[in-house]
Amino acid sequence: MPDVSHLAKLIFGRLTWDSIPIHEPILIATFAAVLLGGIGLLGALTYFRLWGYLWREWFTTVDHKKIGIMYMVLGIIMLLRGFADAVMMRLQQAMAFNGSEGYLNAHHYDQIFTAHGVIMIFFVAMPLVTGLMNYVVPLQIGARDVSFPFLNNFSFWMTTAGAALVMASLFIGEFAQTGWLAYPPLSGIQFSPGVGVDYYIWALQVAGVGTTLSGINLICTIVKMRAPGMGMMKMPVFTWTSLCTNVLIVATFPVLTAVLTLLTLDRYVGTNFFTNDLGGNPMMYVNLIWIWGHPEVYILILPAFGIFSEVVSTFSGKRLFGYTSMVYATVVITILSYLVWLHHFFTMGSGASVNSFFGITTMIISIPTGAKIFNWLFTMYRGRIRFELPMMWTLAFMLTFVIGGMTGVLLAVPPADFVLHNSLFLVAHFHNVIIGGVLYGLFAGIIFWWPKAFGFKLDEFWGKISFWFWVIGFWIAFMPLYVLGLMGVTRRMRVFDDPSLQIWFIIAGIGAAMVAVGILAFLIQIGVSIWRREELKETTGDPWNGRTLEWATSSPPPAYNFAFTPVIRDNDAWADMKKNHYQRPVEGFRDIHMPRNTPTGVILAGLSAVLGFAMIWYMWWLAALSFVAIIAVAIHHTFNYARDYYIPLDEVVATEEARTKLLSTARA
Amino acid sequence: MSTATVTQKDGETIVYHLPDEPHHDEGSSTALGFWLYLMSDCLIFAILFAMFGVLGGNYAAGPSPKDLFDLKLVALNTAMLLFSSITYGFAMLAMAKDRIGAMQGWLAITGLFGLAFLGIELYEFHHLIEIGATPQRSAFLSSFFVLVGTHGLHVTFGLVWLVVLMVQVAKHGLIAANQRRLLCLSMFWHFLDVIWIGVFTFVYLLGMLR
Repeated sequence: MPDVSHLAKLIFGRLTWDSIPIHEPILIATFAAVLLGGIGLLGALTYFRLWGYLWREWFTTVDHKKIGIMYMVLGIIMLLRGFADAVMMRLQQAMAFNGSEGYLNAHHYDQIFTAHGVIMIFFVAMPLVTGLMNYVVPLQIGARDVSFPFLNNFSFWMTTAGAALVMASLFIGEFAQTGWLAYPPLSGIQFSPGVGVDYYIWALQVAGVGTTLSGINLICTIVKMRAPGMGMMKMPVFTWTSLCTNVLIVATFPVLTAVLTLLTLDRYVGTNFFTNDLGGNPMMYVNLIWIWGHPEVYILILPAFGIFSEVVSTFSGKRLFGYTSMVYATVVITILSYLVWLHHFFTMGSGASVNSFFGITTMIISIPTGAKIFNWLFTMYRGRIRFELPMMWTLAFMLTFVIGGMTGVLLAVPPADFVLHNSLFLVAHFHNVIIGGVLYGLFAGIIFWWPKAFGFKLDEFWGKISFWFWVIGFWIAFMPLYVLGLMGVTRRMRVFDDPSLQIWFIIAGIGAAMVAVGILAFLIQIGVSIWRREELKETTGDPWNGRTLEWATSSPPPAYNFAFTPVIRDNDAWADMKKNHYQRPVEGFRDIHMPRNTPTGVILAGLSAVLGFAMIWYMWWLAALSFVAIIAVAIHHTFNYARDYYIPLDEVVATEEARTKLLSTARA
Repeated sequence: MSTATVTQKDGETIVYHLPDEPHHDEGSSTALGFWLYLMSDCLIFAILFAMFGVLGGNYAAGPSPKDLFDLKLVALNTAMLLFSSITYGFAMLAMAKDRIGAMQGWLAITGLFGLAFLGIELYEFHHLIEIGATPQRSAFLSSFFVLVGTHGLHVTFGLVWLVVLMVQVAKHGLIAANQRRLLCLSMFWHFLDVIWIGVFTFVYLLGMLR
């Protein structure tokens, strides 16, 4: 039946029944679990009639706080996926000795280490960081929302659409088997003819649009929407680091977009940018992707530095030591992060002079970073330190991150890098800084701002369990990798010949198991806290004796954040208000001008996911259709001029009176 | 003024709240946001220029610029785009004087110049492909087609945007939102002009000297 198969090819492109991995029992079991869980979740949502609520109050919202929370949910869900990949790798590497092939075939294993890297960076760390910035920055600067509220919603859904494409690759087709940066020529069509690299490309392109737009949005918000009196050098440090991070996003994500587009053209059109023949140059790809990739790690770590700054000063009961130097250190890191990319491939053969330049710039970054560490230490010095959970994470960060930073400086020495590059030493190094820096920072931030977002604190007991399992588990999981790396073991290996290495992989596996307990305890912590939310209730809006403006409003803040636009006199605005016996205004309210919800973001992102899926599978008609639909919906959206509304005075008064009542019960 | 916005300290009056909402012009961040977008777009072009800079000499035993480029045609094309920028400027002057008819006229002329630019570019591409100088032939041609083509794609989007804005101005007049949009498109259009000057210089002129 040639006609039928021809028709099927026209409609479904490359997609056939063979694309469903029924021969992989692990994937089928996962699929069954996801399916059952999904049906259960959808059923529950339908049963409790939550669809309308979710659609109206969350999916279509332009409120930066709700979008921030949705980013966090996305990040935590994807953390579970990314961590499942990590555990599978640790298990495989601990098993595959003495002639054993382990339990993962090469095709599957290679997808797992690629997916692990991609998911953890793009769909865990990025959403969590963006979520916190989204939630906290407008509150810290006394704004009602971000500069472009609709764009904010759209950005979130684009990130989610990218994540959805990665998840789809698990059950329909395959993911890339190239490592997380998909270097050509391996990622070219000749050596990766399947859909894996295309999933990679389209997931990152779709999510990248969201990230770039969200970067532009937050820069504008910080530059344009600060409350009166808040000059640049009166901004809270978290806002400063967010500003620098978003500058980096806007200055680097277009590079990623461009380089992935060129790879796409190589794969789809047959151009010769990164091919081995006809004049292509694969090292151009490596250069360009690291011009994005190195700043990317600073995109992740800078907001974490901001979180630690807020936490240290709050829990030491002191103004942050060296505010100005902190700001300058952040700006210097921002600039330097653009001048070090070549240290990721010293072995390219660019010569001693070029390698020295990039080695030295890399080492110089440790100076502003060191200045920050000293600033945090001096902030704690003679402070009244309260060892609550966010502070514990901060201390763990300082200990862990310094080690990771030092191994980084070690790797920055080109001769040492020639020995250690592509080894498990490198893997240990970047996990040391990303887990010990970014992730610890995110945990500190989540626990710190949770009461602001939900009106109750997180349970301490489970938080401490999570903390200790994470921290100890991390050390047990990654110190063996340093040892193995020094012994010359390269990364991304599936089986090993030398039986003497096995013990280190088993120790690392035990560490990973402890981290798994840490993650479980974190989820239990959230569950228990929601269960006990009445006991953990926080009515003052200021549970930690905070210092910056977000603690001045209620927990959770009203949709409009502040009934009156605050006036700032000090970088610790709220501490200054408290010191001067500030009285919260209880009359004279006005109706408040706010942006209106819109479903366009969900629709556009949904269509983009369809476009990506169609391109991955060569369903050209669907790709064309969804592209035209995207343009049409976008144009249609511009014909809507009524994008705002007023929260009526009655509602503002009612909200504020409720808060007055709550505050008086808290005092009584 | 609401009573509780003021706190006394050492006889100094501290104001912690504005009693009235400060007047934020609607879309007051738009110009900055659009500038940031343009700079991010500029980076994409920077990468494409860098690719051309590195790969532009890799002919892979295929045709080189001297075999392919017709500078007279490119000069004509450049003139079309530069004229379209001038006419867009005239449209903005008409907008400042609140003359909708003149503005729409100048916008239409701008659109026609843009179309002429695209037509000539497509003709050039078609010609190159016909004589076998396809994007697949060599890294030089890959980077040439993608750099020039990306610019052309931007012009295409600019034209779609232009038509949409003309409809919106016809529908709602020169309200603040429409003026803002026209100014954004103006920046976009001039930006594409600047990029084209780079393309003309580095790709065509320097290519002929190479």
